[in-house]
Amino acid sequence: MGWESPVARAHEARASRSDAGEVPAVTVRGLTKRFPDAVVYDRFDLDIPRGKLVSIFGPNGCGKSTLINMITGLIPIDAGEILFDGRPLRDIKFGYVFQNYREALFPWLRAIDNIQYPLKLMKLPKAKRRTRTERMVAGLGVKIDLNRYPYELSGGQQQLVSIMRALVVEPQILFLDEPFSALDYEMTLFVRDQLQRIFVETGTTTVLVSHDLEEAVYLADRILLLSRRPATIADYVHYDAARPRSDATLSQHDFVRVKAHCLEIFQREVRKG
Amino acid sequence: MKPVHFDPYLPIIGVVGLIVIWYLAVWYQIVDPVLLPSPVDTFRALWNGLAGGRLGFDFMRTLERTILAILIAAAIAIPLGIALGASERVYRSVEFVVDFFRSTPASAMFPLFLVLFGVGDKTKISVAAFGAALVILFNVAYGVMNARKTRLLAAKVMGASRIRVLTDVMLLESLPQTFVGLRNGVSLALVIVVVAEMFIGSTDGLGQRVFEAQQLFAMPDMYAAIFAAGGLGYGLNLMFLLVERQFVHWSGK
Repeated sequence: MGWESPVARAHEARASRSDAGEVPAVTVRGLTKRFPDAVVYDRFDLDIPRGKLVSIFGPNGCGKSTLINMITGLIPIDAGEILFDGRPLRDIKFGYVFQNYREALFPWLRAIDNIQYPLKLMKLPKAKRRTRTERMVAGLGVKIDLNRYPYELSGGQQQLVSIMRALVVEPQILFLDEPFSALDYEMTLFVRDQLQRIFVETGTTTVLVSHDLEEAVYLADRILLLSRRPATIADYVHYDAARPRSDATLSQHDFVRVKAHCLEIFQREVRKG
Repeated sequence: MKPVHFDPYLPIIGVVGLIVIWYLAVWYQIVDPVLLPSPVDTFRALWNGLAGGRLGFDFMRTLERTILAILIAAAIAIPLGIALGASERVYRSVEFVVDFFRSTPASAMFPLFLVLFGVGDKTKISVAAFGAALVILFNVAYGVMNARKTRLLAAKVMGASRIRVLTDVMLLESLPQTFVGLRNGVSLALVIVVVAEMFIGSTDGLGQRVFEAQQLFAMPDMYAAIFAAGGLGYGLNLMFLLVERQFVHWSGK
């Protein structure tokens, strides 16, 4: 256990295949994306290891969210290939959690019906939808009155409902786009630890876009550090501290070192701009 | 000492104030008593008129026409508004036309509709429906177009088809704005119906009642009819607000 020397650089994506025991859940090859004013990605390669939690961190506007939006098909790509265990997106189930839970949940549905909505899209019969949702909620040990409407819940509870809505389909991979950014600090801590618990319990491959380095390292097995546009992998850092991690983790030597290293890389990338 | 909460009773102050000023104006004969009858005479005329009198019948006729107009307007404008709002290019191509006719005073359309439908109820109702429909259309289209993008993406990312996104998200997203359109539409429909009743060969309705009372110099009756029209407008608006609160419980939250 412990932090590995960050020898890997831009070739990391390919190198990761040789990392012992890491089978990629997602392989991105030759990804290219141009916006009218800039090239965001140019022949970008990335492997996302299965069963791991990967945090994506990088300078403002480098395309962190764009990356997961392309992987999940929300934004079309100009060139390249994205495969999930060798299969295209439409063959797999995935979950997506938005930053703005207020606008992502459906206010006309009760929390429980929000969570069940993806199952409805899968045309599951009503009874099955309910048992499956109840099982998941019980398994996660969530203590929220799910018969309330989203606007009757706190921000943290709403984001937790969003996360459960993403998890109810039992996704092979879960994407979260800055899920804590719209929450106050107290709620951030609450949802962060709930997310960690969910990850430990389900072992779902998770990709988290973050704008907070501490949170990115705290939650991650791997921290993907991106450069400025066109984004390249500045570093792909391992952080292997045991879970569940807690406040004590934040002051451990390993954590401090990984975070300092990530910050150094980040600063270097920012200065390049 | 427990603070006394007067706040719920504040609206009464305006009503009482108005009646007091009215009384004083009559008492001191600030206004010609022929032009301004006392509140008592007016409310007696209102009561007698509504309770089994002619005014009650006219009230119901105006209500009937306004409701018919808003129903026709909603039946046409809501589906059309959804279709327009769902495609920004379609909307942009007809935006000017809609905006132009929305800005045209509906009363200017009376002669045209008279030629089309004659002097009966059809003309009054259809002009009112025309005016209301444009208001509703605009609001529905606007509501659909301004559906929160994140919410549409959320449905899409969960695998909803385009039709499902429309029925499950866009329609519900547009409901608050649709109700804004309905409330504005019903107010406009009432204005048009009352004006039509005054001038387009009408034998009943609140507009006709106001006009006739004025011609006969029956001032208490005229004021009574005006208050009845005010009550009708206020009541319709309130009704839509209550229905909205019931169906669009998430509005503004």
